[in-house]
Amino acid sequence: MAEKVLMKGNEAIAEAAIRAGCRHYFGYPITPQTELAAYMAKRMPKIDGVFLQAESEVAAINMVYGVASTGKRVMTSSSSPGVSLKQEGISYIAGADLPALIVNVQRGGPGLGGIQPSQSDYYQATKGGGHGDYHLIVLTPASVQEMADLTSLAFDLADKYRMPSMLLADGTMGQMMEPVILPEEHVNVIDKPWAVTGTQMQRKHNIINSLYLVPEELERTNFERYERYAQIEKEEVRYESYMMDDAEYCLVAFGIAARVSKNAVVALRAKGVKAGLIRPITVWPFPKAPIAAAAKHVKAFVSVELSMGQMIDDIRLAQNCEKPVVLCNRAGGMIPDPAQIIAAVEALKGGND
Amino acid sequence: MLNRRITLFCGHYGSGKTNLAVNAAFALKAQGFDVAIADLDIVNPYFRTKDSEAQLRAAGIEVISLPFANSSVDLPALPSEAYSLVQNRQRRAVLDIGGDDRGAYALGRYVPAILEENDFDMLYVVNFYRPLTQTAEDALTVLREIEAACGLTFTGIVNNSNLGEETTLADVTATASEAEALAGLAGLPVVFTAARAEIAAPGMLPLTLQKKYY
Repeated sequence: MAEKVLMKGNEAIAEAAIRAGCRHYFGYPITPQTELAAYMAKRMPKIDGVFLQAESEVAAINMVYGVASTGKRVMTSSSSPGVSLKQEGISYIAGADLPALIVNVQRGGPGLGGIQPSQSDYYQATKGGGHGDYHLIVLTPASVQEMADLTSLAFDLADKYRMPSMLLADGTMGQMMEPVILPEEHVNVIDKPWAVTGTQMQRKHNIINSLYLVPEELERTNFERYERYAQIEKEEVRYESYMMDDAEYCLVAFGIAARVSKNAVVALRAKGVKAGLIRPITVWPFPKAPIAAAAKHVKAFVSVELSMGQMIDDIRLAQNCEKPVVLCNRAGGMIPDPAQIIAAVEALKGGND
Repeated sequence: MLNRRITLFCGHYGSGKTNLAVNAAFALKAQGFDVAIADLDIVNPYFRTKDSEAQLRAAGIEVISLPFANSSVDLPALPSEAYSLVQNRQRRAVLDIGGDDRGAYALGRYVPAILEENDFDMLYVVNFYRPLTQTAEDALTVLREIEAACGLTFTGIVNNSNLGEETTLADVTATASEAEALAGLAGLPVVFTAARAEIAAPGMLPLTLQKKYY
């Protein structure tokens, strides 16, 4: 009845995936992403889709590999420990140049960790995770609306570049409820001549594979893949810039940390401190150019993270350490509050002026 | 609107059960009753009655929650203190039951005592802005699944339709006909409508949002 609905972040991902034409979901329950699987379990049977609770995360990601080979839109979701289990399969999917969506609703780690929100899988998501030279396109939603919108985008980008994409959320984003306008059903799925769909005796058969025993051939696939990655770094960077025009202090944060940071920017501005925020929406490709540009006029950067300082390295590299970068963080399931961020900026101010 | 010794709030997950239960406990306390509130949600380890524990205790309301709630230990265990809810008949009890049929299984343990005393309201909380309960028919399906799981039948419906902090009074009143349709299908009365305090019309239960995000 309503145009706007009230959704949990996890549900918004699930419904947006269905509306993006995904009819195959394979997963294994884990807090705090379980509502995503529960939603798929309820909806998929009603729309001739497949919901399958696999016997393990390893099985689920290999089912994704199989469906992705046929060119159909497919996804899996989990939380940190479960995503670690999927890494081998993700590397195979990347090695076979297949589109698929992997959702990580992060929780505190390492190990079994806890069930509260975290961003400590940043390295895993952006620097590989599995073995071999590969990247994922990694999108980081900061609202329930973005949980839906970026899910659609993640499927489109995965198809366009023939590679797996990841939605990197956290427990808060997965669990929080906000009004959302769901994306329209869209079926503009691109042609996939490489897909294994049966030759009908009309064409040469396609082979999906990540095994290349001839080193020259394996090198060539790596070089070709990195040409695509270079194009993505040029064309697919997404970020939000907030009050950066005259900023002297630049906060960099994504997801829930960016929401808290925005509050801190407003409070700092009210105190007369020129603070701004760069919010990466893609963390791979990382928004290097806006950070390099900001380095020309800011005094320092503050990396606000729910981890022990992982994105901070990318901020340093993006501007060749031209300006100092300090860390403002909580870990283990804790979330920084605006007061902590304000204090971090004010400490810098004292040191720099 | 809260006339029985025990008031149970059940519904689809995310329908607003916890928020309603907390506000109902405050409303009963304001009427002068001795009140206990129990969080029997074994499904969702985030956003619990326990989030409001300090305010509830400050108001003199006893809070009974899972021993591991909000501790990051994801264990669906019920607290032994919960038996006092059915045994101590001198006070009002508000029960917040977990989402869907799966959450309602936990209630089954207390059903014989609740039926024997027979002084309870079991209220079905519905938000027609939730994606899987947008129609009276879909909401009825969830209602029947919960009854089948816990072995109690509902006595009434609470219309808690909302869009979070963006809710307007018009958003709430627009769902009145759907709530009546559900009432007709289920053969139950709409006991009351709830809305956030800033917009609640006379006769509605005004709610104070318990948890704010950044």
